[in-house]
Amino acid sequence: MASLEAILLQHPFFRGLEAQLGSVVAGCCANVRRGRGEYLLHEGTPADRFYLIREGTVALEIAAAGRAPATFLTLGSGEIVGISWLTPPYRWTFDARATSLVHALAVDTACLRAKCESDHDLGYELMKRCSALLVRRLHATRLQLLDVYAGAAP
Amino acid sequence: MNAAATSDPFVPQPCRVRRTTREAADTMTLEIVPVAGQVPSFEPGQFNMLYAFGVGEIAVSMSGDAEDRSGFVHTVRAVGAVSRAIISLEANAALGVRGPFGTPWPMGEAQGRDVVIVAGGLGLAPLRPAIYRLLRRRDRFRRVIILIGMRNPAEILYERELAEWRGSLDVELEVTVDRADATWHGNVGVVPALIARMPFDPAETVAMVCGPEVMMRFTVNALRDAGVALDRIYVSMERNMKCAIGLCGHCQFGPDFICKDGPVMRMDRIARAFAVKEI
Repeated sequence: MASLEAILLQHPFFRGLEAQLGSVVAGCCANVRRGRGEYLLHEGTPADRFYLIREGTVALEIAAAGRAPATFLTLGSGEIVGISWLTPPYRWTFDARATSLVHALAVDTACLRAKCESDHDLGYELMKRCSALLVRRLHATRLQLLDVYAGAAP
Repeated sequence: MNAAATSDPFVPQPCRVRRTTREAADTMTLEIVPVAGQVPSFEPGQFNMLYAFGVGEIAVSMSGDAEDRSGFVHTVRAVGAVSRAIISLEANAALGVRGPFGTPWPMGEAQGRDVVIVAGGLGLAPLRPAIYRLLRRRDRFRRVIILIGMRNPAEILYERELAEWRGSLDVELEVTVDRADATWHGNVGVVPALIARMPFDPAETVAMVCGPEVMMRFTVNALRDAGVALDRIYVSMERNMKCAIGLCGHCQFGPDFICKDGPVMRMDRIARAFAVKEI
């Protein structure tokens, strides 16, 4: 069976990370499994664990009174669920629900932030990866908002 | 231009509508047959000029099976006077057809390689003939990945066929929508974001992309980020076409004419023009 460290370094988010840093991060990780319909995150709750999806799909939703939750993004294997743990007040701003059986690595965010504070090489490496992820999500959101398929023939 | 087409490329072939299928509120698929004579052969990716008598003519890509010689199939969205006139045609209505014109998808080059198809909105229509061929000759290709982005669930084209294709064990097909409703249980988000999730060998992949130009730019970037070389990425371009044989210049795109050098163009050959807003 593969070690947590090996699983972590195979995930696209951490691919290429130095083995020594991988070992440090793996100390904050746990293998988890979530059944279809189970929630990984709830809006307004502490952002104490984020998830590296290994297999399965997750819907990011925002609830609104009197109507069904609105799904604004779905994520699949190789992606990350949850980025609000990066900045205070460390609270989730949406719900995340498994839409199929999900296998993931759950990362203890307080543990990881503490390790980043004490090892700035790790912190910088993590910030580079997180900022790239944020830029990709921002660009995708802009494209989504452009409504490019509205009434335009290709 | 296809040699089988009419001897004078400016003279439309009289045709009639055999059948129509409503795909969405503003989108119709028409099966068209000649009043007399043969249906010219065509290659996936080519287009016809459809003439609504008394209204005008527009370029519309083939969306049917190239192996089916009984007629042409075109999927048309109402975006202007001519397209509105065409989607309002009923069975047995008359229209004119010139074509086929233009360059095809690189089906030969794709043989022996992974094939990634990325369609956005109505861009699925010009790719459908390529998908038919991939599936018909499935053993000649390695992985077949079809990624489709739509505005919302109500505007998904060819739903029945998508379900059939997804049911094939040797095809990976994902549909995503920009905006979901409560009835939708599939992917939500933009189609280029699906590329990083898919298993393919970028060094041995041919990608075919069609959709609004903004979506194609993002998709080309995502394919490039995944390691696919620009000379293996093909896009289907759209400009205002009139003559369809490279004479009038209406569809000029840098040094090329979309009607005769396109619509399917290799990305490395058009990368400079593709990045210029004014072209």
